[in-house]
Amino acid sequence: MSAATVDGTTAAPDAPRTLSTVTWKTSISLGVVLALYALLLVLAPHEGSARFALSTPTDFFQIPVYVVPGMATAWICGALAAVMVALSVAATRRARRTSVWVPSVFAAVLLVGFLAWAAAGSPRDLSVVGLLGGALVLSVPLVYGALSGVIGERSGTINIAIESQLLAGAFTAAIAGSLTKSPWVGLLAAMAAAALVALVLAVFTITYRVNQIIVGVVLNVLVIGLTSFFYSLVLVPNTATLNTTVRFERIPIPLLDRIPVIGPVLFDQTIIVYLMFVIVAVVWYALFRTRWGLRLRAVGEHPRAADTVGVDVLRTRYRALLVAGAVGGMGGAFYTVVSINQFNREMTAGAGFIALAAMIFGKWDPVRAALAGLLFGFATNLQNVLSVVGSPVPSQFMLMLPYIVTLFAVAGLVGRSRPPAALATPYTTE
Amino acid sequence: MSDASGRHPAEEPENPLDEAAQRAAAEHEPGLAEELEQERAREAAPAIEETDDRWRDAFRRVAAGGWAVSLGAILLAVIAGSLMIIVTDEAVQAAAGYFFARPGDMLTAAAEAVGGAYSALFQGAVYNFGADTFAAGIRPLTQTLTNATPLIAAGLGVAIAFRAGLLNIGGQGQMLVSAAAAGWVGFGLTGLPVVVHLIVAMVAGILAGALWAGIAGLLKARTGAHEVIVTIMLNYVAYYLVSYFLATPGLMQAPGSANPKTPPTPESATLPPLLGERYNLHWGFVLSLLAVVVVWWLLNRSAVGFSYRAVGENPRAARVAGIDVPRATVSVMLVAGALVGLAGITQVLGTVTTGFGADIDAGIGFDAITVALLGNSNPVGVLGAGILFGGFKAGGSAMQAAEGIPIEIVLVVQSLIVLFIAAPPLVRAIFRLPQPGSTPKKKRSQTARKEVSA
Repeated sequence: MSAATVDGTTAAPDAPRTLSTVTWKTSISLGVVLALYALLLVLAPHEGSARFALSTPTDFFQIPVYVVPGMATAWICGALAAVMVALSVAATRRARRTSVWVPSVFAAVLLVGFLAWAAAGSPRDLSVVGLLGGALVLSVPLVYGALSGVIGERSGTINIAIESQLLAGAFTAAIAGSLTKSPWVGLLAAMAAAALVALVLAVFTITYRVNQIIVGVVLNVLVIGLTSFFYSLVLVPNTATLNTTVRFERIPIPLLDRIPVIGPVLFDQTIIVYLMFVIVAVVWYALFRTRWGLRLRAVGEHPRAADTVGVDVLRTRYRALLVAGAVGGMGGAFYTVVSINQFNREMTAGAGFIALAAMIFGKWDPVRAALAGLLFGFATNLQNVLSVVGSPVPSQFMLMLPYIVTLFAVAGLVGRSRPPAALATPYTTE
Repeated sequence: MSDASGRHPAEEPENPLDEAAQRAAAEHEPGLAEELEQERAREAAPAIEETDDRWRDAFRRVAAGGWAVSLGAILLAVIAGSLMIIVTDEAVQAAAGYFFARPGDMLTAAAEAVGGAYSALFQGAVYNFGADTFAAGIRPLTQTLTNATPLIAAGLGVAIAFRAGLLNIGGQGQMLVSAAAAGWVGFGLTGLPVVVHLIVAMVAGILAGALWAGIAGLLKARTGAHEVIVTIMLNYVAYYLVSYFLATPGLMQAPGSANPKTPPTPESATLPPLLGERYNLHWGFVLSLLAVVVVWWLLNRSAVGFSYRAVGENPRAARVAGIDVPRATVSVMLVAGALVGLAGITQVLGTVTTGFGADIDAGIGFDAITVALLGNSNPVGVLGAGILFGGFKAGGSAMQAAEGIPIEIVLVVQSLIVLFIAAPPLVRAIFRLPQPGSTPKKKRSQTARKEVSA
């Protein structure tokens, strides 16, 4: 917050537009985070050594467990982070933008320092593989949801309904997957159901030009109501036939899965995780390298211009939303054919909103949005892992972390984040 | 904000019509030109043409107005709810097995299922005919008003932000922090005199809600951070913060308990019952009614409210007119948060006085959005919508208990109502109601034109 208040003096919201907007936002945000980190170390010193386990038994070669002194490592990492802050300040003073790698290194070293501090004195090993692998799995629905948001919003429709797409996908995948005993059918059904939700969004926002945020909010409530209603009345009495799916098996990729650290994390996953990487690339390519993507972005930025050159704005938006829905549905299927084998009431638990935040954090770019999704998944799993090693931080604060990071991000770090120009405006062809 | 975009899509600027008429005349298409001419005359004329039959006029005026759409939307949503009940009812399913042999059976079973459900809903929300005395029979109605109390207050909080063009999704977080603050003053500060204790607790809660929402307003005004994202994030932060307080002995956890729950609110800090000890209804309802009056005055009679509405309608024009837009953004979020905070304190100091957990918001923060939308973001509408949804909540629990129909059906019906109300052309088309300021003929020509251009 302090970053925000200080910043107001430098960048008035309606200041005349200049070509290079160098602000102190980044430096100040980094400085505030570093100060909080230092405060944590000073107020809650945590003696002992931290044990990092990097290998799993099946690897090509074994890396011994790293044992480092907790507090010393934490302070060294803090010093490195301070160097990054200094670099950022220096760049800003010379009226240059801080390059991307500075905050990235800053985050990485602070993370290592934080882990060293948190795991210090614990007799258990902190499994790096477990931390990263779990994070990847937890971020799957977030990444799919964020991609769904990116496609929809690039075409000019705010998609607050990601949550309902995930939930509808999870529900339908549970039923279809249970009836056919095939996770693939469940996946396809989830895509169809989420596309249906997207179609409702499209009809109301594009054809009837209702406020997009209103429709999104209402759709979330509607889908929660529908799925919970039918869950209690239909799924619970028929659990064996309607709510017991067969999950996707893990598919280890030969040889690659035995590389230390990376192998078990990246190459021993289910098909939905592999598909996620493929789809991030496909969405990026489709949006920025194909005619379809060009038209879609044109419709989101300047529909009048697109219309003038012959692009059917409404049809383009409909198609974009349907594709977005199908992608969101794949994230929903994760819950019932990958994570566990049955549907539960409101099991998405707000993941759609985090996906929305990831999309904004990622500046409406598929690759960055996916990275933001991974980050949020990581933050969630960090809490799980730290509770295993016995972290001194109350779990609630760890759980709060991704949201605070997002707040800082939308207020400061992603300062130049700009939504598509025609977002939230219905288009009338007249 | 919904007002401008959603309510009057049939209204069009005059220029395109003029141009089209001229073009049509120039192209010697007498039929089209004539029709456009008529259409232009209709737009210029008042919405309803006066005829001799006064009753007919009155009916048409009602049918073309917003009330008919609201009623139609409620009817559609109730029909959808009935279908859900019929599809999942066991007696209906059994009768459907031999539908072609005796179709009457299934229809009877369906009618019984739906009738039973809505009868239970009514008796749970308004008047219980099975009760012995009037005092006991009216109990459901008081429960409805108790449920409506926080819905009205929080609905006003969402509505006033709406009018300034801001979507306050942060009701959950604002309620949680206000409940926590009021609750903490309630059981943490002892030794205060009776009335003072209550007032201090209320002020603490309202202030906490205002400040929590104010963060979103400040970030929006200073950095342009989207208030939807900020309020959603603040919801989670508030949830985990309050969870931490609740789970930590010495902060808010009840002494000697392992549950994340506070001690009960002491007598000196509770809102007294409104109709005697027999009913749950408390003075919080009166506070909500007062809030309706205050918000109405604020929006319609005060300079501050005018600046909110101006910013909501068109921030650029408001800035040109000399209104400090960032200042209005921050202050409207403070007011919105205070109103949602009022909802939080009526929960803690009135409805749930036996100690509360992190679910004290009870989804009201999100329900408030639908209440504000249904009430068309005006205070009196919010009052009506809040009472309607309070009734749904009370009746829904009774329906779940009596008929075994999950209370989530209420969510479905509520969201469908709002969805349909937000799209008046759809409702009018379904019920063949006249579009405002037009006759059915115009509607046809409009859709035809849309198809041509689309």
